[in-house]
Amino acid sequence: MRLAAVLNVLSLVLLLFAASMLVPLAFSLGFRDGASPAYGKAMGITLLAAALLWGATHRAGRELQVRDGFLLVALVWTVLPAFATLPLLLQLPALSFTDAYFEAVSGLTASGATVLSGLDRLPPSLNIWRGFMIWLGGMGVIVLAVAILPLLGVGGSQLFKAETPTPMKDTKLTPRIAETAKGLWLVYFALTVACGLAYRWAGMSWLDAVMHAFTTMGLGGFSTHDASFAHWNSPRIEAVAIVFMLIAAINFATHFLAWHRRSLRPYRVDPEAKAFLGVALVSVLGVAVYLTWDGTYADFGTALRFAAFNVVSIATTTGYASTDYNLWPIFAPLWMLFLCSFASCSGSTGSGMKMIRAQILFKQVFRELLRIIHPRVYNPVKLGGQTVENNVVFAVLAYVFVYVSCIIVFTLLLTLGGADVVTAFSAAVASINNTGPGLAQVGPAATYAVLTDFQTWICSFAMLLGRLELFTLLVVITPAFWRK
Amino acid sequence: MKIIILGAGQVGGTVAESLVSEQNDITVVDTDPARLRALQDRLDLRTVTGSAAHPSVLTEAGIEDADLLIAVTQSDETNLVACKLAARMFNVPRRIARIRATDLLDDPRVLGPDGFDVDLSICPEQVLTDYIVKLVEFPEALQVLDFAGGKVSLVAVRAYQGGPMVGRPVKEIRNHIPNIDTRIVAMFRRDGAVLPDGDTVIEDGDEVFCLAASDDIRQVMKELRRMDQPVQRVMIAGGGNIGMRLARALENAYSVRVIEHNKRRCEGLAAKLNRALVLNGDATDEELLEQENIAQMDLFVAVTNDDENNIMSCLLAKRMGARRVVALINRRSYVDLLQSGQIDIAISPAQATIGKLLAHVRRGDVVAVHSLRRGAAEALEAVVHGDRDSCRVTGRRVDEIELPAGATIGAVVRGSQVLMAHHDTRIEAEDHVIVFVTDKKTLPRVEKLFQVGARFL
Repeated sequence: MRLAAVLNVLSLVLLLFAASMLVPLAFSLGFRDGASPAYGKAMGITLLAAALLWGATHRAGRELQVRDGFLLVALVWTVLPAFATLPLLLQLPALSFTDAYFEAVSGLTASGATVLSGLDRLPPSLNIWRGFMIWLGGMGVIVLAVAILPLLGVGGSQLFKAETPTPMKDTKLTPRIAETAKGLWLVYFALTVACGLAYRWAGMSWLDAVMHAFTTMGLGGFSTHDASFAHWNSPRIEAVAIVFMLIAAINFATHFLAWHRRSLRPYRVDPEAKAFLGVALVSVLGVAVYLTWDGTYADFGTALRFAAFNVVSIATTTGYASTDYNLWPIFAPLWMLFLCSFASCSGSTGSGMKMIRAQILFKQVFRELLRIIHPRVYNPVKLGGQTVENNVVFAVLAYVFVYVSCIIVFTLLLTLGGADVVTAFSAAVASINNTGPGLAQVGPAATYAVLTDFQTWICSFAMLLGRLELFTLLVVITPAFWRK
Repeated sequence: MKIIILGAGQVGGTVAESLVSEQNDITVVDTDPARLRALQDRLDLRTVTGSAAHPSVLTEAGIEDADLLIAVTQSDETNLVACKLAARMFNVPRRIARIRATDLLDDPRVLGPDGFDVDLSICPEQVLTDYIVKLVEFPEALQVLDFAGGKVSLVAVRAYQGGPMVGRPVKEIRNHIPNIDTRIVAMFRRDGAVLPDGDTVIEDGDEVFCLAASDDIRQVMKELRRMDQPVQRVMIAGGGNIGMRLARALENAYSVRVIEHNKRRCEGLAAKLNRALVLNGDATDEELLEQENIAQMDLFVAVTNDDENNIMSCLLAKRMGARRVVALINRRSYVDLLQSGQIDIAISPAQATIGKLLAHVRRGDVVAVHSLRRGAAEALEAVVHGDRDSCRVTGRRVDEIELPAGATIGAVVRGSQVLMAHHDTRIEAEDHVIVFVTDKKTLPRVEKLFQVGARFL
């Protein structure tokens, strides 16, 4: 364990993060919304902190080992939000640090849960900053750093391992990690541009289009309007959002391969993408039928429109809303929350336990059943024609156990803080899956501002834990990690 | 003809054996002197010890004036290199290689003149797999062979009491199935060949060889025996090269179980197979067979590389209720011992696989040669060339052709048309003629018939 080396790399990441504040600064100057001094100060403070940290640790060198990678990731995801609060705190003096940190974590983990209301009246640049945090967080600040900072190439492979979440991390796309990161980043960037143009075409203003392109591709649900997508009430905008949310919830490695080989074959052979799209389609139709049958909407067409947008939004862990689905009969929103815990693919900007784990788990169940009928059978879990090693299956089992335990623990802690059970449960699920809105008091029409400070910190931690795929963060907390 | 055979294993040995008897100069190359000695003791041929891919060894084997190279060593790579060397350094006119990996066969450039220069590639495992798959598709047949690209089939059926034709003379088949053209080309009764004419009566237990268009063979078989239920469940003992190919070929259409005792091998099988069930255990383990419902199996196929194991597991499976058992048996004496006894079908891999290879050694334009009855009889498909003056077949009626005794012309394929041969069928140039030969000794004379006279070339 080389703490100094880790801190040294952290200082460089921080430096980069300070530079990212140029984006809202530029918007602020462009729109003359009067928020530019806040970004200036925030950048100054961040730069100063980065410089001090660098000065204290630059002698240590920057060669990282696997273990250091975990620590670095954990530190980046906890320290960056602290600096990300600066523009918010400076611009909105009424905001407490707890709430600002929650908002920043929610942004950088691409969750989209917000404590702010009156979004329409915020300075435009502040909304851009919120969206940009999601965009950065979506693909992972670290992946960006690997692509941009060649010096991380040394420990890059290890970093990538900790950062890019998938049970089968060893499938490399290109021989060199930096090349892979660059490729992924390029795909991400290109898709974001396409998404922004599509929004503009569908009728958003340029500012909204940019902000929503950021939050759509990052699959975080921040919006520039309190009413979220209900503000426009436009099927065309919703259709664009659905398409890009679905794209962003598919493994970017698959997008990269498809783009690299100029063929659609990678989608066809990606077992996760198929399952994800299948589950999404069935759920949308099922919820639409249910809502029509229940009488929530008079005709199937309207039901389908609202079901399609909201189900896809929640299932992909985005968190936009085009209506207050909290008012739907409880089965529908619960089903949506259930979806968000497993529907999105690994390697996407979505969160939750990921489709690949759900598939492995599902197949493991059938494997056990088959073994009861045929005691001598040799039937490994297979995914996409590939055998999944037993240790991967065990890791997935452990993961799911921890995942479910976390939901229970967080629900209990939130009720301990005084929340009712639907609020507590939905907030816990929505936080750990980085979805954003929950139900009841934290539903799509409300904000997380109703939570007490204690509850807010719980949710912040849950979002970090979920974004870092539990183990990355938990391993840092184990005593064995710190033993020499 | 001067022939060099690389590899003295199962395939190499059988090829050598069947070619020696046809008056060729044969040299066998192998790295294992013991195997070569065993071969030399038995057959009249020359042996050279050494690596088949080394030019010096090949030179020693007399490759410079060889007419044909047959590379059938265990290793694909050795076979490929030997063929390339033979083509580039020694100008051997024809080169045959045994290639197992399908990867190498996918792109024609690998084996083409710019690649490894292989004229013909054979894969014994694949041939055997195709053979067994046919038996699964036609559970009543003892053997099904395709000619003319699958248009014509020759099927061997054992006649059983209950088939409408059993106990009736051959000529009546035309009244039984008037819209189907078929021909009974040969019959074996108690191990002796019977040359059927119209009045020969088919008896219970006869092994009958019929030629018919591939779509009609089910109808023809119906005349000779009661039809079985179609196969649904197949159990394969042995997950080696053949077992795996077989399971892959069958798993989508049938319920397939593979028993393999080697755990590592099970992993490999499970990785390659999608629907077939891989079972870890011994095929002669009664408990395992019981557990896996052997009594419900329509077909049990034993394809391990151990003859005794195959025989024992088949006997056990049969006793425990498997409907039909098929064993792969290498030793010829065992095959003759077991066929038509407890084991329904005994397959001799060597005999089943060398047909394609032998076709290349024949004179005349022979497309396919199949060994029947474990090599006692052969069926060959030849293409007719030339005209009435240059060839002794072209332009003649079937009854004008001077076939040796024991040989019959079964069918003629003209373009996409299949004609059953009758005494007045006239044979034209470019026809594919299927000839059935019950006495192997007459083969050279049959081949000569199809050769175009030298003066007209």
